[in-house]
Amino acid sequence: MPLTPEALYERLQESLDDKIVAGKVALGEVTLEVKAEDWHGVCTQLRDESGLAFDTLIDLSGVDYSAYKDGTREGGRFAVVAHLQSVAKNHRVRVRAFCDDDELPLVASVVDVWAVANWYEREAFDLYGIVFDGHPDLRRILTDYGFIGHPFRKDFPLSGNVEMRYDPELKRVLYQPVSIDPREVTPRILREDNYGDSGRG
Amino acid sequence: METAAVAEIRNYTMNFGPQHPAAHGVLRLVLELDGEVVERADPHIGLLHRATEKLAEHKTFLQSVPYMDRLDYMSMTMNEHAYCMAVEKLLGIEPPIRAKYIRVMFDEITRLLNHLLWLGTHGLDVGAMTIFLYCFREREDLMDVYEAVTGARMHAAYYRPGGVYRDLPDCMPQFKAEAGHKDLDYLNANRQGSVLDFIEDFTKRFPALVDEYETLLTDNRIWKQRTVGIGVVTPERAKQLGFTGPMLRGSGFAWDLRKMQPYAAYEHMDFEIPVGKNGDCYDRYLVRVEEMRQSNRIIAQCVDWLKKNPGPVIIENHKIAPPGREAMKSNMEELIHHFKLFTEGMHVPEGEAYAAVEHAKGEFGVYIVSDGANKPYRLKLRAPGFPHLAAMDEMARGHMIADVVAIIGTMDIVFGDIDR
Repeated sequence: MPLTPEALYERLQESLDDKIVAGKVALGEVTLEVKAEDWHGVCTQLRDESGLAFDTLIDLSGVDYSAYKDGTREGGRFAVVAHLQSVAKNHRVRVRAFCDDDELPLVASVVDVWAVANWYEREAFDLYGIVFDGHPDLRRILTDYGFIGHPFRKDFPLSGNVEMRYDPELKRVLYQPVSIDPREVTPRILREDNYGDSGRG
Repeated sequence: METAAVAEIRNYTMNFGPQHPAAHGVLRLVLELDGEVVERADPHIGLLHRATEKLAEHKTFLQSVPYMDRLDYMSMTMNEHAYCMAVEKLLGIEPPIRAKYIRVMFDEITRLLNHLLWLGTHGLDVGAMTIFLYCFREREDLMDVYEAVTGARMHAAYYRPGGVYRDLPDCMPQFKAEAGHKDLDYLNANRQGSVLDFIEDFTKRFPALVDEYETLLTDNRIWKQRTVGIGVVTPERAKQLGFTGPMLRGSGFAWDLRKMQPYAAYEHMDFEIPVGKNGDCYDRYLVRVEEMRQSNRIIAQCVDWLKKNPGPVIIENHKIAPPGREAMKSNMEELIHHFKLFTEGMHVPEGEAYAAVEHAKGEFGVYIVSDGANKPYRLKLRAPGFPHLAAMDEMARGHMIADVVAIIGTMDIVFGDIDR
């Protein structure tokens, strides 16, 4: 039988103890927050400790918290979030680390812990500009060859900065500034808590 | 004389794709070759990158549903399922039980659609033509079901947070007299009743059709020469490489989210998990073929249940699901609900949730961070094909160029979900 999220959380608190900056069990999911400098150590421990045995990295992604709650949130801007799963024990955990420096977000690479992290880290680097220290091949992955900027950052416009077209006279592809205006059909709206009791049926 | 001999054994770098019929979309593969042996394979992806995750940050929760279809465009409703489950988790709601059964049935129909396409194209890549025609024949029936229920043959946009868009219709569209349709009665024989009757008829026919596919491939000498012992992944490496779904099961793990972490109505379903032994292309083929048989069993169970148990298919909370047309036209309150839901959209409580389904290709997960607004703050899609393709280098190393095609085929690559 797999552990309940609460039991797993207790188990994690025992093992990781002071390395957990914050943690909670919400919606049946366990979330841990660790310091960026502990990132690699915690991941290795989560994989190797026999009671935890998180043998698969399911997902690793960057998050840019700069516009969270319309920018009223305190704390670091970039976070790395990993979703781990144990095939052996059938439980899951989410681990998050905020990068210390907003200008150069840096966190240790976990490619040596789970090989699958390779592309996920390339993706987070490409889209958010998070640098993974010790990654063997930190190239862009999803964006165009020669792309400038990190498109999933909240300050990167949805319509981008450059557009591409074929020029029949020069007989080659050209990059030029975008000609479309950014347009938002439905504005983003934050309401006060329990507005119209939405969300709770 | 000596310098000439050195020049003869230099390595070649070859470009494969992105416009290659065996690249399953827009895969660009840079292969470093020693003769015909692959030394290194470097996939270049992102040619189909549409930034779905970023687009979703600028759309209401409801507006993002059709985008999910276009991720893995071969298993449309399963993507929607994971997305709706994540939103439902944040909202703290449960869809009605009938909606859960409909979802399970459609997930399995979609799994068949996906596996049939996979089997057909994988066969075609490796040189078997007939299997492709056979598979597409059955896909046609299933896409008719899609069309009858959702109005679209592929991009269904059928699931909603809180249930499904509408109940299953009472009739199945029939062929009409036109050039090329000679025997209308024969064509329409199984289309006389409801959609469920048509699906039931399909589930009865399908096992024999799978047997037919197997007669073409399972013991076929050429098929086995091309797939046995190709792209072997050991169980330990499969976990390290983040494999899920048939790729993980092919390496010998009986791991299936439908059994291990049941969602929707899967806990009520009776089915088996096929497991491979050697972790090669042939085992993964066997696993997927058996999965088709099991999916067919699940569909039959769902049809049976759905016929006996009518009921609502979407929740009654009009902050999340729209009110009925009639109520809307006779009641001011419902009119306002309708207006607010389709302009501002639903507000999802602050928090984060990850929901995963056993997708045809592996684990498809949706991670949503919400700050309480009417749009997701961050949406991360965990595409099953992404880690699989990442293992390309490891799987192809030491194999011949022709095997690369077999390995691409066995991964069941679809670029919609890898590039997102």
